[in-house]
Amino acid sequence: MLLEVDELCVNYGRIEAIRNISFTVREGEVVTLIGANGAGKTTTMKTVSGLRPVRQGTVRFQGEDITSMPAHERPVLGIAQSPEGRGCFVGMTVIENLDMGAYARPDRKSPRINEDRDRVFGLFPRLAERRSQVAGTMSGGEQQMLAIGRALMANPKLLLLDEPSMGLAPKLIQQIFDIITEINEQGTTVLLVEQNAAQALKRAHRAYILETGEIVREGTGDELANDPAVKASYLGGDV
Amino acid sequence: MDLLLTHFWELTITGLAIGAVYSLVALGYTLVYGVLRLINFAHSEVFMWGSFAAVWVLMAAGAGKASGLGLAGYLILGLVAAMAVSAIVALLLEFVAYRPLRKRNSPPLIALISAIGASFTLSELMGLRDKPLKWFNASGLQDYLGRPRENLPFPLQVETKRLFYVFNYHVSNIDVIVLVSAIVMMVILDQFIKRSRLGRGIRAVAQDPEAAALMGVNRDRVIRLTFLIGGLMAGAAAMMYLLKIGVTRYNAGFILGVKAFTAAVLGGIGNLRGALLGGFILGVAENYGSALFGSNWKDVVAFVLLVVILLFRPTGLLGESLGKARA
Repeated sequence: MLLEVDELCVNYGRIEAIRNISFTVREGEVVTLIGANGAGKTTTMKTVSGLRPVRQGTVRFQGEDITSMPAHERPVLGIAQSPEGRGCFVGMTVIENLDMGAYARPDRKSPRINEDRDRVFGLFPRLAERRSQVAGTMSGGEQQMLAIGRALMANPKLLLLDEPSMGLAPKLIQQIFDIITEINEQGTTVLLVEQNAAQALKRAHRAYILETGEIVREGTGDELANDPAVKASYLGGDV
Repeated sequence: MDLLLTHFWELTITGLAIGAVYSLVALGYTLVYGVLRLINFAHSEVFMWGSFAAVWVLMAAGAGKASGLGLAGYLILGLVAAMAVSAIVALLLEFVAYRPLRKRNSPPLIALISAIGASFTLSELMGLRDKPLKWFNASGLQDYLGRPRENLPFPLQVETKRLFYVFNYHVSNIDVIVLVSAIVMMVILDQFIKRSRLGRGIRAVAQDPEAAALMGVNRDRVIRLTFLIGGLMAGAAAMMYLLKIGVTRYNAGFILGVKAFTAAVLGGIGNLRGALLGGFILGVAENYGSALFGSNWKDVVAFVLLVVILLFRPTGLLGESLGKARA
């Protein structure tokens, strides 16, 4: 088991953002958490990457308890996140942003970094064209690609993607999801948080549905995509 | 007006030299602001402690009139002492006055109050420096302390030599020493922030602290690093200040700190190159102002300039929106 989240509770002040959620991610999978705004998806993501303190419960990565490990130590273990809202370093160039992705890698000085950068440029040719452009001047879609590419530069075992399709044009959404599938096929495990449930369920091996801070359903992507209740609430009736 | 025209180059070059001092101190304000969004008001005291360190080390080394190699040796000795002590004071300041608040997630206003308190404390400690002597009966050190509330003179006397002309101004060796060493330090720092991995870590934290943590950047370490760099630069500035001004005192940091902070805001706080530019502009503008209106008006000119520039460019000369700050 790559990631095990067990009975996790996270608060914002007195407000319970997530309550007793448990889920797992196995090596090689794409797992998605879907749910409406405010369901606790991003909070869950931030807890896995260490940005939010945990009130109760445990987070285990490769069997190791990382519940209270600071966020900046987690990339070394192999956890990388593309955060909600992209979080590109807007004053840095594309190359500098990608190098930041490899900041914590022990082999950051080896030629492997160049190979990984070429891999990112292979996935996102657009980034290669803009390699010396400052991130803040790029479009939302390009910044999204950069955020994913930057996370890949950490050469992660587990890639956390928080709303990668947010604010993007439909054509670009398709493209981003194709790339997520491709990344997974190249061997990276993906935990995906999405509001675009149709795409997320189509791409995911397994899925969990979050409602007001609790997991209310789980199953394979296909199961949930064909479930009438899920269709009605999250897929607008057709996939 | 005549004075400004006849002495234009002298005013410009000596203005640049004192501006270099402002710039180096301004770097400390702008770097810390970049990563903490905090105005470190005690930074002026970091500078002041460095100036005392330089004076004391040079007194102990028996510095007096010097030239040539001896002068170079004293300069380096003073510089190293000032930079070391300023860096230590800056790191202690972070450890004592800011880190405990940060660990408790205190609101920014609290840190600001802590900054002001730390500033007074550091300044008054120096202003009361004779007291411990009485407790320990170490009156042999009296010469080093001077009168605690008065000026302490810089022992090193650099014989002024005129080196070359810039138009009608005969540039002195002190101006050259100050300007060249300041610019060398600025270039090194600029390249460090731009190119090195740690420098990139500083910029990452300044631009997006959460994303920086996700990349594996240790924010606490970056914060310490900015205090360290700020301290080193303030120490260097202290040595140059002594060369130009010739004395220091327990509250020497106050006005200089305000000026340097102004320089940082003028250039766009959070922006490294802005701080440098702001310092130089302020130094030169002060000189022009005192030539035009009399030296009593020097500070008025500096701050009117600040207000005018901020009216037209609220983010400072090189400041973009805060998110894009380079730091």
